[in-house]
Formats: sequence, C-alpha cells, structure tokens
Amino acid sequence: MGTTHPILKLVAQRIALGVLLLFAVSALIFAGTQILPGDVASSILGQSATPQALANLREELGLNDPAIVRYFAWLGGVLTGDLGTALTTRQDIATTLMPRLWNTLFLAFWTAIVAVPLAVLLGLLAVRYRNGPVDKAISGFALASTSLPEFFIGYLLIFFFAVKMQWFPSISTVYDGMPLLEKLRAIVLPGTALLLVVLAHMMRMTRAAILNVMQSAYIETAELKGLSQFDIIRRHAFPNAIAPIVNVVMLNLAFLVVGVVVVEVIFVYPGLGQYLVDHVAKRDVPVVQAVGLIFAAVYISLNIFADIAAILANPRLRHPR
Amino acid sequence: MSNELDYLSRRVAAGRLSRRDFLGRAAALGVTATMANSFLSSAARAQGAVKGGILRAGMLGGEATNSLDPASFLSQVPGLFGKAWGEYLVRQNRDGSLENRLAEEIGASDDAKTWTMKARQGVEFHNGKTVSAEDIAATIERHADANSKSGALGILGNIGTIKASGNEVIVELKEPDADFPYLMADYHLIIQPNGGKDNPTEGISAGPYKVAVNEPGVRHGGERFANFWGGDTLGHADQVEIIVINDATARTSALQGGQVHMINRVEPKIVDLVKRVPGVTIQNVAGRAYYPFNMFCDTAPFDNNDLRMALKLAMNREELLEKILFGYGSVGNDFPINAAYPLFPEGIEQRVFDPEAAAAAYKKSGHSGSILLRTSDVAFPGAVDAAQLYQQSCAQAGITIEIKREPGDGYWSEVWNKQPFSLSYWSGRSTQDQQYSTGYVSTADWNDTRWKRDDFDKMLFSARGELDQEKRKATYRDMAIMMRDEGGVIVPFFNEWIDASSDKIGGFVPHPAMDMMDGYALGECWVIA
Repeated sequence: MGTTHPILKLVAQRIALGVLLLFAVSALIFAGTQILPGDVASSILGQSATPQALANLREELGLNDPAIVRYFAWLGGVLTGDLGTALTTRQDIATTLMPRLWNTLFLAFWTAIVAVPLAVLLGLLAVRYRNGPVDKAISGFALASTSLPEFFIGYLLIFFFAVKMQWFPSISTVYDGMPLLEKLRAIVLPGTALLLVVLAHMMRMTRAAILNVMQSAYIETAELKGLSQFDIIRRHAFPNAIAPIVNVVMLNLAFLVVGVVVVEVIFVYPGLGQYLVDHVAKRDVPVVQAVGLIFAAVYISLNIFADIAAILANPRLRHPR
Repeated sequence: MSNELDYLSRRVAAGRLSRRDFLGRAAALGVTATMANSFLSSAARAQGAVKGGILRAGMLGGEATNSLDPASFLSQVPGLFGKAWGEYLVRQNRDGSLENRLAEEIGASDDAKTWTMKARQGVEFHNGKTVSAEDIAATIERHADANSKSGALGILGNIGTIKASGNEVIVELKEPDADFPYLMADYHLIIQPNGGKDNPTEGISAGPYKVAVNEPGVRHGGERFANFWGGDTLGHADQVEIIVINDATARTSALQGGQVHMINRVEPKIVDLVKRVPGVTIQNVAGRAYYPFNMFCDTAPFDNNDLRMALKLAMNREELLEKILFGYGSVGNDFPINAAYPLFPEGIEQRVFDPEAAAAAYKKSGHSGSILLRTSDVAFPGAVDAAQLYQQSCAQAGITIEIKREPGDGYWSEVWNKQPFSLSYWSGRSTQDQQYSTGYVSTADWNDTRWKRDDFDKMLFSARGELDQEKRKATYRDMAIMMRDEGGVIVPFFNEWIDASSDKIGGFVPHPAMDMMDGYALGECWVIA
C-alpha cells in the first residue's frame, strides 16, 4: 500500500470507477432499447410478415432467449470487439461505424484545436481588460453566438462563404482517401459553426474562473509586489483556475462528439450522429446500442480526464479527508 | 440580332460563355429572359451530348440503412442510383409508351396470359458475364417469390410460372393482364446475374455505370462501363456521383454553390425564389403523384356515403392548390388518376367546392359532432397547413374537423393505413391498372381507404385482360366515376415533380413518371463545362 504513489492510486480509482460506470450505462442502454415499443422481428419484416417467418427470424436473432442472457451475449461481443450485425443492412456494425466515428473525431479534433486555445486566450484577455470595451466586445460576441441556434449559424455561414463568395464548399462530404488539405477545407464551415457554439461557454467559464481566483489574498500580494497584470494572470491566477477550465473544456469536447447531429445534417457531414438518427428511425437496435455505448464511453473518459487534471492541478484534492 | 443571339447561344452550349453573361447580352439586345432561355435550350440540344466529366446530383431520400439490393429499394437515392448501374427489361418513355431494353421483343398470347420476352443478345454484365434468359427469369423469380422481401412483390402477385428456354423467357400469368410489360419497368426489377440470388447487394447489372463507391446515407458513385450495350445513348459523363443531402436548404445551396449539378424535391414555397438564382433552372413537370385525404369506407362514421360525399364537397381544391402547392400542380377529382396516364377517362365533371351541397349531404348522413383528421409533417410537405385549410372550408359547410398532429416518427407504421381519416401521399404508378391494383383493389395490402367492392374489382380485372383499348378506356371511365362518387379517397390535387438543375449540365428533360427524369437523370445528362 505504502509503496504506491498516492496520485497513481487516485488515478487508478477514477479509471476503475469509470469502467464500472460504463457497465452500468451499458445495462441502461440495453434495457432502454428493450422497452422500445414494437418487436424487432416485425419491424424488419413489415406488416405482411407471416407468423412462420416472424418465428424464424426471432429464432435467428436469438430473441427467444431471456433478456439477461442476451445482455451478456451482447456485452461479451462488445468486449471482444464484435458489435454485432445491423438488422437493416445485414452488415457488420464495427466496419460501417468505424469510418463514421473517425469522421466525427476528425471534425471534433480540428474544432477543438482551434476552439480551446482561442477560448482560453479570449478569456484571459477579457480578464486582463475586464469591464473595459475589449471585455465587453468579447463577451457580447460570445453571448450572441451562443444565443443563435446552430442551424441558423450554419445557414448564415453557407449563405456567405459558400453561396455568395464560394470560398468553401457548402457540403462537407469527406471520404477515405481524400487528401488532408481538401478534407480540412471541407470542414471549415461546419467546424466554424461548432466553434461558435462552444467558444462562448468555454471563454465565459475561463473568465469567471480566473476572476474568482483574482479575488484571493495572494493575488493582492502579487499586485503589491508590483507584478504586471498579465504576469499575475499568467503565473498566479491561471494555474489555480485550470481545474474548472479543464472541466468545461471537456464538457464541450464531449458535445463536439455526441451533440453535433444538427450541424452534420446541415453540412451533410458523414458523422456518427446522422448514422445514429437513421438507425433509430428504422428501429435498428444493435446499431443504436453500439453508438450509444460509444457516446457513453467518450463522455465518461473525458470526464475522467477532467477529474484527473483537476487532481493534478490542485494538491488539496490529492489528499481526500 | 437573331444571328448574334444564335452565335452567342452556341457559344454557351459549347461552354465558352456563361449563361449569366449570355442573359446579360441578350437583355442588351432587347430580348426577354424567357425567349433567351428557349434559344439556349435549343442550342444545347443541337449541340448534342458532351462526353466526360463528373456529374453530381444532390438528393433527398437516402439513409445509412440503404443497401444495393434492388429488392430493398424504398427511397429515392437507392432508386436513382439503381437506374445508373442497373438495367431493366423495359423502360417507360415520356409519352407513356414502353421502350425495350434488355427485352428485345415482348409478345403475348391472345388471352394476354402467356407472355414471351426475348433476351437481347450480346449484352454484358459489369462482371463480364453475358446476360442470358436464365438471368432474367431468375430475377423475376426472386422478386416474385412469396417469401421475398422485395418491394415489387405486391405487383408481381399475378405471376404463375416463369421459365427460360433458349433466349426466351416465358411467363404464365394466373389472370390475364394486358399491361404486364409495364410491370417489368418497376425500379426494383434490375436484371442481375442469376437474378441476384447469390449476392443481391454486389451491385452488378448491365447499366451505363459500374458501382464504384457505395456509402449509404452519404454518397454513391459510378464509373462509366466501357462495354455498355447501349453505346453512346446513355452514360455521357466519365463518373457520376450522388450526394445524399436530406436538408432542403443545404440541397439548394449546394446547387447554388456549384457543388452539385442537379437536386430533387424543391419545395413549392421556395420555387419562385430559386427561379431568381442565376445559373439555376427549375425543372417541373406534371406527374401522377397526389396527396390523398384517406377515409376508411368500412369504419364509422366514414362507412356512410353521404358523409363521405359531404367531406368531398366541403373541400376547396383551388385554394389548397394555390396555398399548399403554390400552383405547382392540378386539382384532383377524387379518383387517383389524371391526364398523365394512358387511357385517362376524359370529360368527367370536375367536383368543385360547394358548402351548401356539403351541408345538405352532411345533414342527410345523420352524423353529428366533430370528425378527427390525423396529419403530420411527413405525410407530404405542407400537410399540416393543408389540414387546417380544409378545417376552415369544412367549417363553412357546418362540419367540424378536429385535427390531430401526429409525430413524424412512426406515422407510416402507426397512423397511415391504420387510422380511419388521415393524410398521405402516392407517387402514382405507370398505368391505371397498377395504381388501382396497388391501392384500391379489395385485397391490396395498401388499400388505405378500405375500398372493398366486388363490382369494382371485377371491372378492374376485366379491363386488365382486355386488349381492345376502346373497351378498356370505357371500363376505366366507369371505375373512375364510381370511385369519385362513392370512394373513400379525397384527392385535392396532383402535385408536380420539381427538380432544379444548373446550367453546367445539358440534357435535363423532366419525365412525368417520377422526379429526376424518372430516375434516369445521371444516365441521360451530360456535363457542359
């Protein structure tokens, strides 16, 4: 016991908790899809299905087994990387889902690469020039862009940059083997729309967190030492505000992966969201389960990451009372 | 002046002058835009097809759940892509006649029960195999099999036996059907090696393009098939691509931004706006599609013909056409057939809005209280508004309509064909026989008005076996009148197909059977610049 580093132990605990949580979520997803109205077999075969055909299909899909058996069969498959077969297309789910997941992560990654530093920088600037015109301008812009719904921002971007100026394509269908530069050009508009959605939240949180720290006594000491405003923010305030900032950043990253259906529809981006919606509409339960589980895993791991970052940034959290 | 216009329009057709510049110069010469446009299109036709390039379509109607198996085609995108890579026995022309494709010749016995189709010789599948009568027979067999899940199963129920002999396919029908060849034009019936019995989803047929990319719900691509049997008649572009764009605004902007050359399903309410966009042409054509108000003839209170008549008389068709379709359509007459069908029964009196007669019929029916009408956004574009307009016109006749707005998800499985009074859509079929037998014969799966009349069925079957066109026409007329006066369907209007194309392509000529030139737009159009 005494040999393990306390931080490593805490991290291991968090990860174990996350895995446990993921199991709980998998049970919830499974239960949720089971109580959906309508029988899977009859929704595949349609109204004109004969009782014999229904019985055959139920047997084939293993629907006659008790739910608990099916749950563990499904879970066992997932753990070995087998996500099952889509009911509608009879194709292996993992192979059709992977490129979509990859696309979603690609868009999220590049949006985050731009959004996170920009949001933090704008937050820092807002604090540095707080209550002045710069702060007001940044906050005003951020509030305006969060207040507009995503589809409206998307349509505005399309209208100006795709239709009027023709700088970027209005539809962002990316595919395998597309050159990276072309891919990046294709995601400029959806990336910008997402950027405008997440920027405000991250920037406002950064600003609030740093301002919160700025009221501490040690900041006053630093001021009395004669340090410049920027040095105070950079060296004394920012490090102490990292935990809440990382938290909100992770929350927004999770949104970039799981919450972008509207943007995907408008820009015709082949991501996971649209894939999920299409299969929900057709009651293709195995796909819904698989995507649900992936979304849950993304959420949980980003949260674990935020927790760990908070622990590392704040020594007090390392020694829970 | 005309010489100069001629010269300029030929330059546009050759791709050396933009359409926009042309219209500008034409205006400078004092020519109206309409006339300039007609100059242009005749110049483009005279120029003929241009080879090469990539032809792109942006389309509504594709999902991640689509597959290449023709039996599973349900929405527009797989259907259109199917017509690019697939080949059929026959194809319907714009005038309603049939053109032989893989069937070189089709003949019937005198009683229209035995049909013999000769397979075209020397046609190659994409995998190099030669198309044989066995492949054709196997295709029909697969779709007509009682256990198949094919979307064409419903119309093939009349087939008794199918056999291939030499280069002929012989089909024995259970009942005579003079329109049998029309069934073979159904978009599911793509001829595949061994009928697709081995691997229906591999996308092999004998169409002008070979499947190159298949990402359901995202995009589909085809490459020109070098050994296409039809030579230069179809397949002008080197490559074709369909990009699935289900969002209407995104579709229009993709066309405006030049990312696609054609789009389907332009909403009537924005047609006039799109018309003003430079370089974009609205392609609209009257078709056979209609948006019915369905009443179950066997369910109270709609089992009373006086009530049904009251509800028909209380509909203001002109107003609905104007406000829902913005004039892009024609009024209906409460039977599901219009002039786009061969053998259309002409001269049947048009039913008009008559609140007094409706009130009288309503009183005679003895019904009182409100009537529940179910609608949803997915029934057709503007369906909720249409229900509300109808509610108002019914109120003028003293009939109270209660509207229930149903969620789009599940509308087709829980409301349509299940609830007694609801809104829906039909895209029409190629012949009157097909339309009536899919939706209005007593035993039809899709009999969404519960119209079960032996006398009507008998007329339908006798017309089906009748080879004398005048006699058939007379029977169809009787059927139409019967349906108009007693049926459970109210037809406010027939809607037009509205696509839009860019001036970067040539050869776009709308087809009354279906949007996107009956699905053949990728095969028939060419890229100009």
